Amino acid sequence: MKRSKDFIIQIATYIILIGLFSIFANNLTVNLTRNNMLINFDWLKSPAGFAMAESALPFKPSDSYLWAIIIGWLNSLKVIFSGLILATLLGLVTGVSRTSKNILLRTLSSTYIGLIRQVPLLLQLFFWYFVGFLSLSNSSISLLGSLVSISNHGIQILGINLSAEFSALLIGLTVFTGASIAEVIRGGINSVPMGQWEAFRSLGISEIMGISKVIVPQALPAILPGLTSQYLNLAKNSTLAIAVGYSDIYAISDTSITQTGRAIEGFFILMVSFLLLNLLITEIMELINKLILNSN
Amino acid sequence: MIKLFSRAVIGLSLLCSACAGPTPNNLSRLDLIQKRGELNCGVSGKIPGFSFLQSDGSYEGLDIDICKAMAAAFIGNSSNVQYRPLTAAERFTALKTGEIDILSRNTTHNLSRDSIGGNGLTFAPVVFHDGQGLMVKKSSGINSLEELRGSNICVGSGTTTEQNLNDAFQERNIAYKPIKYQDLNQVVAGYLQGRCKAMTSDRSQLAAARSGFREPKSHVILEEVLSKEPLAPASAGGDQKLSDAMRWVIYALFAAEEQGINKDNINSKLLLANSDPTMTSMRRFLGIDGELGKKLGLKNEFVVNIIRSTGNYGEIYERHLGKNSSVPIPRGLNNIYKSGGLFIAPPLK
Repeated sequence: MKRSKDFIIQIATYIILIGLFSIFANNLTVNLTRNNMLINFDWLKSPAGFAMAESALPFKPSDSYLWAIIIGWLNSLKVIFSGLILATLLGLVTGVSRTSKNILLRTLSSTYIGLIRQVPLLLQLFFWYFVGFLSLSNSSISLLGSLVSISNHGIQILGINLSAEFSALLIGLTVFTGASIAEVIRGGINSVPMGQWEAFRSLGISEIMGISKVIVPQALPAILPGLTSQYLNLAKNSTLAIAVGYSDIYAISDTSITQTGRAIEGFFILMVSFLLLNLLITEIMELINKLILNSN
Repeated sequence: MIKLFSRAVIGLSLLCSACAGPTPNNLSRLDLIQKRGELNCGVSGKIPGFSFLQSDGSYEGLDIDICKAMAAAFIGNSSNVQYRPLTAAERFTALKTGEIDILSRNTTHNLSRDSIGGNGLTFAPVVFHDGQGLMVKKSSGINSLEELRGSNICVGSGTTTEQNLNDAFQERNIAYKPIKYQDLNQVVAGYLQGRCKAMTSDRSQLAAARSGFREPKSHVILEEVLSKEPLAPASAGGDQKLSDAMRWVIYALFAAEEQGINKDNINSKLLLANSDPTMTSMRRFLGIDGELGKKLGLKNEFVVNIIRSTGNYGEIYERHLGKNSSVPIPRGLNNIYKSGGLFIAPPLK
């Protein structure tokens, strides 16, 4: 009895949802037809007619919009994935430092988190780009001998050139997301009962060893869901690239949309690609989550 | 009953469509503007001399005065304008979805934007003849495009600027690196901080930007012009009543300058024409005879309303781009034909 009732409610919900969506879809088509703006993707094949400052694969202005968008995607992926890795490392170090007994480490990390979380990301990006990089004169600063050199044209590490735009965006995203990840990690670590700390300390295991072998494994199940949502935020925040002149998927779509006037199609492509990317990140995290739960 | 039902359905579907879209069939946007008593005008808001936000929250500039002239002609009151600041990417969609009635936002008139298979807009006459240029630091000693080979060039994304830059450099077979920003302010910052050797935009915008630099004199705009940029107001296509009215508002601004009618003498000219039936062309122009306004769906005295609120084209230009303004740009092509410019109004008959 209860089951059939649930079944009916579910079916009804589906019908209402489908009905709503078809009203929206119909509404869109009617309005688009009325405005003579019917959906059409043919423009993807025509030449883009703009150049790009940096691209992972060769790109000429005579290449198609489709290719331009793909290049934009690769540029986005480049910054998103390097951002994910660096932000995780930074977040891990800061998060663990916040729970540390060392007062200097604790103060430093909580100041960093407090400061970064109060300032909007866009402002931070402007800071890293215009103040951090562009205010350097043409003469470059060398660190670690001549392994790393920084100038207003970007960073050079071991002969690899990273443009100022890419570097500023990467640093901005890393520092911003790192602060949030640190909080997620601290929350996870705090969820481990005090007794576990006392236990490893009483066994004479060193602090670092204890944290990495005893505390973190137990904290991980609490950390992972929060971490996933920070990763998704980082991916979405990467579209602020346009503010600092990096040719990411959003910047390329923006240009394509104005040149072709195909706003709805352009945003549709953008939405679908972000949906796919975020689903991918969620899936990977889900997989990691399962592996960890099983190993425990 | 059926009629009632169909009305209800239409009413409901309009409600559902939320953004209302362009006006329902047969009703011109102009009627809607007049009924609403307010004109929604899409502007940039970020270009000194054309449309720029003032410290008191109002907007000023040539593009703004065009909105005002339209409102004066359509509604009879130039202050009944709702300004909507739009980015380059938003502007056409805003127009087509009916969020704004007219677009007066330094927009280049070209085939793709005008045609039904392109953006499907309708353009009013050109109000400013511009051209894309490049600005470099005087100290760089650069005088031509050729000397920019292999350099970074700062450019705003999502406008024809980017395409023109590419066309010009490809034609001459010069390699370059575009550093694209969304916004002119960022282009300026990138250029001033030395990320690029040159920045490119319409020459009017370069001049406007330069006026805000600490040392405007140490930057030069190169002689080479990369493109023709006839800037014109636009409306959504397929609305003859509105586009005709817009067209003749602009022509009226030109014609008034040609005939020496301005803000100061409009009342005396009107008195004179009223008392002298032999001044036939002046009487038609000012709406005493001929019912020209009515033909456009406007008040017959629409020209008088325009001149009283903004003055003629020359006055608008002097106010925002003239010698004594903060963004002086020589009039050059932007003058009536009698003074060597390109502006000519067909007869208002």
